[in-house]
Amino acid sequence: MNNVMGIINNNPQGISLKEITAHRSLASTPIAARHRLIDFPLSNMVNSGIKNVGILLESRFRSLLDHIGPGKAWGLDTKKDGLFLLPPAHIYGDNQIYKGDIENLYTNMDYLHRSSQEYVIVAYPFIVCNINYRRAFDHHIKSGADITVIYKDLETMHRDSHYTTIKTDSEDKLIDMKVNPDTRRDTRVSLKRYIMKKDILLDIIDNSVATGQWDFEKNGIASRLSFYDVQGFPVHDYIAIIGSVSEYYRRNLEMLQPEIFQDLFEGIGPIFTKPKDEAATKYTINSRVNNLIAANGCLIDGEVENSVLFRGVKIRQGARVKNSVVMQKSEVKENAVLENVIVDKNVRINPGKELRGDPAFPLIIEKNSVI
Amino acid sequence: MSKKEIVAMLLAGGKGTRLGVLTKNIAKPAVPFGAEYRLIDFPLSNCTNSGIDTVGVLTQYEPLVLNSYIGNGSSWDLDRRDGGVTVLPPYLRETGGSWYKGTADAIYQNINYIELYDPEYILVLSGDHIYKMDYSRMLAQHKQWNSEASIAVLEVPWEETYRFGIMNTNEEDRIIEFQEKPEEAKSNLASLGIYIFNWPLLRDYLEKNARNDDSAHDFGKNIIPAMLNDNRKVFAYTFDGYWKDVGTIKSYWETHMDLLAEKSKGLNLYDRSWVISSVNPNRPPQFVSRTATISHSMINKGTKIRGKVENSVLFFGVDIGEDAVIKDSVIMPNVTIEKGAYINKTIIGQNSVVKDNARIGVGETEEFEISVIGEGETISNGRIIEHGSVIG
Repeated sequence: MNNVMGIINNNPQGISLKEITAHRSLASTPIAARHRLIDFPLSNMVNSGIKNVGILLESRFRSLLDHIGPGKAWGLDTKKDGLFLLPPAHIYGDNQIYKGDIENLYTNMDYLHRSSQEYVIVAYPFIVCNINYRRAFDHHIKSGADITVIYKDLETMHRDSHYTTIKTDSEDKLIDMKVNPDTRRDTRVSLKRYIMKKDILLDIIDNSVATGQWDFEKNGIASRLSFYDVQGFPVHDYIAIIGSVSEYYRRNLEMLQPEIFQDLFEGIGPIFTKPKDEAATKYTINSRVNNLIAANGCLIDGEVENSVLFRGVKIRQGARVKNSVVMQKSEVKENAVLENVIVDKNVRINPGKELRGDPAFPLIIEKNSVI
Repeated sequence: MSKKEIVAMLLAGGKGTRLGVLTKNIAKPAVPFGAEYRLIDFPLSNCTNSGIDTVGVLTQYEPLVLNSYIGNGSSWDLDRRDGGVTVLPPYLRETGGSWYKGTADAIYQNINYIELYDPEYILVLSGDHIYKMDYSRMLAQHKQWNSEASIAVLEVPWEETYRFGIMNTNEEDRIIEFQEKPEEAKSNLASLGIYIFNWPLLRDYLEKNARNDDSAHDFGKNIIPAMLNDNRKVFAYTFDGYWKDVGTIKSYWETHMDLLAEKSKGLNLYDRSWVISSVNPNRPPQFVSRTATISHSMINKGTKIRGKVENSVLFFGVDIGEDAVIKDSVIMPNVTIEKGAYINKTIIGQNSVVKDNARIGVGETEEFEISVIGEGETISNGRIIEHGSVIG
C-alpha cells in the first residue's frame, strides 16, 4: 500500500448533529467513550499500510487540530510523507461561503501533485467502521475499474439518517448512485470510501472546477457514472453512519452490545486516538453498574446502566444514569437522574436534577452548561 | 549542549530482589503499578512537573523492558531538543569498564554525561518509589539555605525507623548524624533517597570514593557519611506527602490498597495539576457487561469485566469471565481470568491466564497471606492454590 495515499474528506454534506456539532466539526465529534469520529477512518488507513494522509479541514477545525496534532498517535509524524492538514479556501474569500470539498481540494492541489503515490483513497469520517482497505484495493487493481466504491447491503435503514445509495449490475458495476435520496428503496449503501488513481481525482477536480460544481461525491462520481467505470466492493463488517442526532445516540449505545464492541475494537486493527494521561476509572463502594463502556479517569460513585462514559466523568453518590452518553469531564452530582440524555463536555448536572429524553429523541445538554 | 541548572540522575538498575517473581524478567522500576503505570513513571513525571528537562536513567539489571518503555522520553515530554531523557547503561572505555558497583559508582561512571550540561546541581533519584514531589521546591530551599547537599526526609512512625536510613538533625534542620537502619534511632526522619548536591562538590567526593576499593560506592553508606564527616553543609528537606517504597510484596500490595482507600490515605492520581504520565498504550474503552458487578476498585481501559470485582486494581487488557470473583487483588496487564475462577488477595503478573474455576488465595483462616502468580503463568482448570503461595 506504499503506492496509495489517503484523503479524509471532512465535507459534512449537510449533516448536523445539532448542539453537538455547533462548536466542533463532525470529524471531531466524540464517540465510543474515548474516540472521535475521525479516529476510525484514520486508523483504518494506517492499519492498511497507508503512510501519507491529507485531511481536508472544514470551518470549525480547532478541536480537530487539537485532537490530531502532528499525527503521532497514528504513527504519521514522519519526515517522509505523514500527515498533511489541508486548510479550506473559503475562509479567505470575501463572502466566506463554503462551496464544497472540491474547492478545498483545488486549493491544495500542490499537495496532491507533490505526493508520490499513484493511488488515492478518499474517505469521509462520519461512517464508523474497522476495515482494511487492502482487499478493496487489490480488487480495484484486478477489476481495472476507474473508481471503486466500498459498500454494504444494509438490513435496516433509518428515516432520519444520511445515505449514499447505489445500484449495481450483476458484475457489481455501478449503474446508479444517489447522495442522500429521500426514498429508502436501495439498500446498498456507499461507505464513502472511494479508491482511484490520483490522476482520476485530479481529473474530477479539474472538471468540477471548470463546470462550477463543488461536491466531490455528487458531481465527481454520482453524476459521472457513464463517464467512469465505477465498481462496487461489498463488505460485511459492522458500520455506523452518524448522519443525525438520533443515529449518533443509537450508535453509541449500540456499542454496548458485545458483538458490536468486538467487531469495532477487536477486529481488523486497533483504533488509535490521541492519548491523554488519566488514571484508571475508580468505582467506589456505592457504585452499581450494569453494562457500560467507559474511558479512564472516571469516578463512579452512583448508578450507571447501559451508558457510555467519556474521560474524567464523575457520577456522584446516589446519581442514576441510564441509557445516556456523557462526554469528557462532565459531572452528575448527588442524586441527579439522567435517562436518554446526551451530555456534552464539561457539563455539571446539579444535585437532585432529573433530566429525561425519549429513546427516539434524546435530550442534548450543551457543552459547558450548568443545570 | 546548553548549560542546565540541574540534571537529574535516576537510579534504575536495581533488581528488586524482595519482589521475587515480579522482577524475574524486568528491573524493579519497570514493575507495573496503579492500573496504568510502571514505577519509573513517578520520578520521571515528577521531574517534568518540576521543570527538570534533563534526566539520565542509570540502568543495569534486565534493561530491555525498561529501555523500550522509556523510548525517546516523549511520554513524559522528555524528548527535548536539548537534554531530555538519556538511558545510561554501563559501558566499556579505553581503560576498561565495569558494572555499576553501587549507586555512587553509577553516577561516577557517567561524569562525562553530566559535564555535557555543565550543571550547578545534581538531583539523585530512585526509580522505584511512589510519591508526588515538586523537586523545584527542594532546590529552592537548597539555594536559599546555601546548602552543599540536601536530603529529602519524611517523618516515619518510630517503630518503623529500623527499616530506613535515619537522619538526625539539629534545630536548623542541618544533618549532624546518619544512622543506617538503626536499632535505636535518635530521630524518626527517614531519608527518601532523594538528594540534591552542588555538582562540583559531589564530583570531588565521587572521584575520591572511586579510588577507595574497599568502599561500597553507595550514597547512603559512603558519600553522605563522608560529607558529614567533613562537616559539609548537609540539610534536611522535609517532605510531608505520601511516599512509599514498594520494595516488598507486602508494601506493593498495601500501596495498591491505599490507592483504593479514601482520598486522604493514598496517592491522588486524579489531580490534574500534577499528572503522572505513562506510555499510555492505545486500548479500547473498558467494557462492563450486564453480568458484572464492581465495587471499590480501579479499572483501566482495555479491560472486559463480566464477573465480580471487589476491592481490586485491574491493569489494561485484563479480561474477567462470567461468575469469576476477584477480591482484594492486583491484576497486571493482559491477564485473563476465565469464568468461575476465584481470586483472593493475589497479585497476578502480566499475561498470565487463570483457567475456569481455578481458586487462588484460599485456605481455612481469617488472616489471608498475599499470593503471587508470576508473569506468563497458566493456572489450570479448577486448580486450587493455598493463600500465601508464590507461583513462577
